[in-house]
Amino acid sequence: MSEVSTGTGLHTEDMTLNVGPQHPSTHGVLRFVVKTDGEVINEAIPDVGYLHRSIEKIGEKCTWHGYVPYTDRADYLAAMFANQGFCMAAERLGNVEVPPRGEYCRVIACELNRVASHLIAVGTFGQDIGAITPFLHALRERESINDLMEEICGARLTYNYLRIGGVGYDIKPETCGRIAAFLDHFEPIVDEYNRLLSNNKIFIERLANVAVISKEDALQYNLVGPNLRASGVQWDIRRDIPYSVYPELDFEVPVGQGERGTQGDSYDRYYVRIRELLESCRILRQCLDKMPDGPALAKVARKFKPPAGETYVRIEAPRGDMGYYVVSDGSEYPYRVRIRTGSFTAMSIIDKISPGIMVADLIALIASLDVDAPEIDR
Amino acid sequence: MESTIQDLIQALIQALLPGAIPVSVGYALAAILVAFAVLSAFVAPLAGVTSWLERRVWARMQSRVGPNRVGPQGILQWLADGVKNIQKEDIIPASADRKLFLLAPYIVFAGFIGAFVVIPFGSWLIPADLNIGILYLLAITSLAVVGILMAGWSSNNKWSLLGGMRSAAQIVSYEIPAGLSVLTVIFLSGTLSMQGIIQAQGWAPQDWFIFYNPFTLVAFFMFFTSALAEGNRTPFDIPEAESELVAGYVTEYSGMRFLFFFFAEWGNLYVIGAITTTLFLGGWQIPATIFGVTMAEHPVAKGVLEFTVFFAKSYLWVLVAMWIRGTLPRVRVDQLMAMCWKYMVPIAFVCLFGTIVLLVIWPDGNPALSLATLGFTVLVIVYFMWRVAYQIMHSRPELYLKPYV
Repeated sequence: MSEVSTGTGLHTEDMTLNVGPQHPSTHGVLRFVVKTDGEVINEAIPDVGYLHRSIEKIGEKCTWHGYVPYTDRADYLAAMFANQGFCMAAERLGNVEVPPRGEYCRVIACELNRVASHLIAVGTFGQDIGAITPFLHALRERESINDLMEEICGARLTYNYLRIGGVGYDIKPETCGRIAAFLDHFEPIVDEYNRLLSNNKIFIERLANVAVISKEDALQYNLVGPNLRASGVQWDIRRDIPYSVYPELDFEVPVGQGERGTQGDSYDRYYVRIRELLESCRILRQCLDKMPDGPALAKVARKFKPPAGETYVRIEAPRGDMGYYVVSDGSEYPYRVRIRTGSFTAMSIIDKISPGIMVADLIALIASLDVDAPEIDR
Repeated sequence: MESTIQDLIQALIQALLPGAIPVSVGYALAAILVAFAVLSAFVAPLAGVTSWLERRVWARMQSRVGPNRVGPQGILQWLADGVKNIQKEDIIPASADRKLFLLAPYIVFAGFIGAFVVIPFGSWLIPADLNIGILYLLAITSLAVVGILMAGWSSNNKWSLLGGMRSAAQIVSYEIPAGLSVLTVIFLSGTLSMQGIIQAQGWAPQDWFIFYNPFTLVAFFMFFTSALAEGNRTPFDIPEAESELVAGYVTEYSGMRFLFFFFAEWGNLYVIGAITTTLFLGGWQIPATIFGVTMAEHPVAKGVLEFTVFFAKSYLWVLVAMWIRGTLPRVRVDQLMAMCWKYMVPIAFVCLFGTIVLLVIWPDGNPALSLATLGFTVLVIVYFMWRVAYQIMHSRPELYLKPYV
């Protein structure tokens, strides 16, 4: 494949293009070795590992409580979920009951975080396709969420809000009012994104029927979260393996329907996220209504020592199924922590989908999978 | 007025160089001096202020503030940027083709500066009214592609090469619909001279070539779109698509050389507007009498007014280009080519032949048809304004002006 004869005596060769590790659209430190014939890609091999920070190994050296801030860094765009996964695993091992108010606080914080994360996904998607305005509009709204998060827990990016047994700080009633005000403000703005980006002819032309991932491929390559749902698979951990207070809430799982082209194309992966934004708003409103009174944090020993055993916890993070496999040997420190993230498996399908698409489509594919470099490597 | 300038130059030459050099060389020197003065006093600020304005306009569309620190409202930002870039180290990659690498920015720059030779800012305010003006313009603006290709090739960087190749394919392709649209105008005016084209139109909108008949209206859009593509503007900015090609053909450039490329790009934006105005929008034409004042009796006022009219019309298109850039994503390279060859070239041909047929039927034009075209355009604009007004009335400004906290 590397040497192609054109039949006219001219001799051409594939060009090896090194995309990254520093490239505007890899969203972090991520590298692709791309072999192209002109603009058409013959092969694209993702090269991960540039952002490995040994978060799993650090887990073995920290106390159970002390590890929670580290999990923030597993996925800085959705730190709440990384917190939640580990806290749930620890609670399950130590048989800790989270008070209902604590669960609601968690879900509120997580869903706000999901909105923020999807806003980044949708915004950078636009930016990668060449429209910079939607990106800044998305960041404007995310800024409001950051303000809310600051009010809830004092941090704007790596929250460290959840504790084993609940949440660090109760959400105050006035903060609840502000969240409701934000939702009133935000829901009409999703419409604006649709006008500016989703219904834009050029945007649709760039994404519809591009980098189609079939249902079978999506399942075989273990795609999770919105990427899987865009291919038409009805799978959401919140609904199918319920945890926290999600069974009490009423929400829908958006699935890609081939809105503007084929089911599972880049446009579907984009549009599923837009619809999830609204679903998250719906969940948030229900949580704000149903929020019970009571403590937000259970009494947990300072020196938390869960009995020996192992557990695997799955939660639905913005980038899909996030799994924590945690082993305890009964000591103050976890024996082993393993984190399974959605971005890592999403990277593997790039190799399969990319032959035959163009360089610009590869950028669209990476953007549509919403990979997040720190989450790939941990 | 021309003779006054010539007298002035002659007096200047005789005073400064008494008999030492031939007068023809003196003329050449004077021409270079004047060109330098015009370049630094008009073209450079024009490109600079355009860059500032683009950043401000763009920032407003994106609910940002934009540069507002240097000078009132940040209007001197371009000067600060220029000074900063001149001070920067001039880096030439070790593996680059040094001569071509050094030369490329100047070629792009020359292509853009050369366009100003035939831009008619007023009935006498034109550096040189060449009788092949528009042909010269098409030729000289194409020089940019040579520079871009040189930059892409000589940088010895794959991203630069891809950007240069894309640019070459794009600019060469879009020359064709642009040329066909220009040809439509040339058929109407019967001359290639820029002043001649403007004089063939009138000051009133129905006398402009854009509203001459429905075909010229379409030709106008064909021309503006291809001009945007030739100027590497969004949605056709694929040669420097930053999310795909890092920075395209300018990837390896830094400091002043980088600035030259962007200087040319922003200046080019105005050139696009100026050509559009000349060809389709009646250029500097103003009524012969305004409020009972015969303009011919007041040459200075006439000149100022003509310049203002021309500048306003051409700058309108600069603003439109900024608006488009703030709104649209970028097309893919194959879509770009398909759009050119499958749609724009045939449409431009139809416009050309349609205009020819109408010219055969009505050799002097048909005022009713012009008025109808104008009326249609006005209706479209009014409908658009109505839509905008509807959106503004139904928008909730409190969402933006008063955030929830």
